[in-house]
Amino acid sequence: MKVRTTDRWFSFMVYALLTVILILIAFPLIYLVSASFSDPQAVISGRVWLLPVNFTLKGYEAIFKDQSLIRGFMNSVFITVAGTALNIIVTVMMAYPISRKNFYGRKFFTLFMMFTMFFSGGLVPTFLLINQLSMYNSYWAIILPGCVGVTNVIICRTYFESSIPDELYEAASLDGCDDFGFLTRIVLPLSKPVLAVLVLYYAVGHWNSYFKEMIYLEDKMKYPLQVVLRQIIIMSQIADEMMLDFSTAERVQGMADLLKYSTIVVSSLPMLILYPFIQKYFVKGVMIGSVKG
Amino acid sequence: MTKTRRSEEVFRRLKKNWQLYVIIALPVLILLVFSYGPMYGLQIAFKDFIPTRGFAGSSWVGMKHFKTFVTSYQFGRLIKNTLMISLYSLIANFPVAIILAVAVNECKCKWYKKTVQMVTYAPHFISTVVMAGIVLMVLSPYSGIVNNIIQLFGKERVDFMAKPEFFKHIYVWSGVWQTMGFNSIIYISALAGIDPTLHEAAVMDGASRWQRIVNVDLPGITPTIVTMLIMNCGRIMTVGYEKILLLQNSVNMSASDVISTYVYRVGLENAQYSFSTAVGLFNAVINCTLLVLVNKIAKRVSETSLW
Repeated sequence: MKVRTTDRWFSFMVYALLTVILILIAFPLIYLVSASFSDPQAVISGRVWLLPVNFTLKGYEAIFKDQSLIRGFMNSVFITVAGTALNIIVTVMMAYPISRKNFYGRKFFTLFMMFTMFFSGGLVPTFLLINQLSMYNSYWAIILPGCVGVTNVIICRTYFESSIPDELYEAASLDGCDDFGFLTRIVLPLSKPVLAVLVLYYAVGHWNSYFKEMIYLEDKMKYPLQVVLRQIIIMSQIADEMMLDFSTAERVQGMADLLKYSTIVVSSLPMLILYPFIQKYFVKGVMIGSVKG
Repeated sequence: MTKTRRSEEVFRRLKKNWQLYVIIALPVLILLVFSYGPMYGLQIAFKDFIPTRGFAGSSWVGMKHFKTFVTSYQFGRLIKNTLMISLYSLIANFPVAIILAVAVNECKCKWYKKTVQMVTYAPHFISTVVMAGIVLMVLSPYSGIVNNIIQLFGKERVDFMAKPEFFKHIYVWSGVWQTMGFNSIIYISALAGIDPTLHEAAVMDGASRWQRIVNVDLPGITPTIVTMLIMNCGRIMTVGYEKILLLQNSVNMSASDVISTYVYRVGLENAQYSFSTAVGLFNAVINCTLLVLVNKIAKRVSETSLW
């Protein structure tokens, strides 16, 4: 069949549009990486465009002189692992009963949970409650409130409902299997794909979160990575030992910017390495989640 | 008679499934304490809360704090900033994600399509802090790339973050940059779900590719668009305060102060607990009302609704 000229034009426009979008998204990222490897003077005078100029590792050397980044990294790993484990346990415990059709009170519990999505007590009452429970300055304040992620429970419930047939439960029930056994021995092994999606959603959430950590943690030794990053990148609180070799004001400014570029790159590294492997799970999660609850 | 039989039936089901109640107890308890608990604390919006006296011991003052807020000089500015920023971001984000999805769907070259998806999804995984950092660095008056480009054209360098008039644009378009890829996923999957025979029939009728997008693709994803629109409208008064807090400074405050950042500043930094709770409650009630309203309208117009 003959391709029409309007369609050929159309094809061209589609590719042109996609290429523009691609450049707009990729360019700032490439620039950040290049700037972090360049001589600060070259960055300030605008000689860095795409590739590093006067290659240097000064920025990276400097940020590892300070312990706070490494400590923040370790704290973040701990919060992410512990928090995600708790998230998964309570999410499954909430999702499984409401996925069972003969569960009396199913509607009530679903509403009970959904309501919290649309209305909440707000920042200050939550803060006061956490204080009353003496969880201030403890990791419990970070991982326990909000550990039942409503959208994730819905994703999980939808998966249970659609991929575990009722017949399976009836058969297991005839063989004398109770709900505890059915959940742990049949449902969970069959739900690995959705569990992978949930682990990723929760883990990325913990890794990237800063606000709760900022308001509930007082002790600097407990700060996770994002809070440390906020101090360095946003508030320019750069430790003295990082800046020892620089004296003049302009050089200090240049070095401060270099440190920020390096910090951005280093802190995004774990995500960047994992990203190609986890991308498809995220996409899958959006698909499961979009099935209306 | 029927009543006793019904309760017997309920009792039988409760007894048979008792384990399910044991399982659900823990998450329900957590929700009760940490989601419903703060709702009990909302009463301080109508009281003069004094921490040493506790919730119950503080005295009632009725609508005092709401009146103070509504008549305060910040009220107009906060409402205006909150509405402007969130409406602007809704209007900017929506079409971009849909256009991207349609373009990706029309891209016939497999590897290029994969590359575009891979790259556009990536910024979604950048944390809010790093994202704000990127914004500050890219726009930095010293070494930012944007200023380097401006200088290339012989213009003066601009300190973007110190100019209130730029704040909205910076906030919204950095958001578009970060989320357009991820927002497009849902439309891409909706487009993939359109019955291919519809396209075949349109081709037989001599429709061009553009005509097929307008007459087949867009009507096909309308339910998805409406659902997404409802969900977003319900959040119109909740602007992502986490990013705003990071980009906010004393110079751009007149354009960047929104209700949620105000609640944070007054409530946690100045410890005016009752007043800020009242402001937060005011906001939450408007949000809830909006969601219900938009849902009702959507139900009537397009038979799509959240519940």
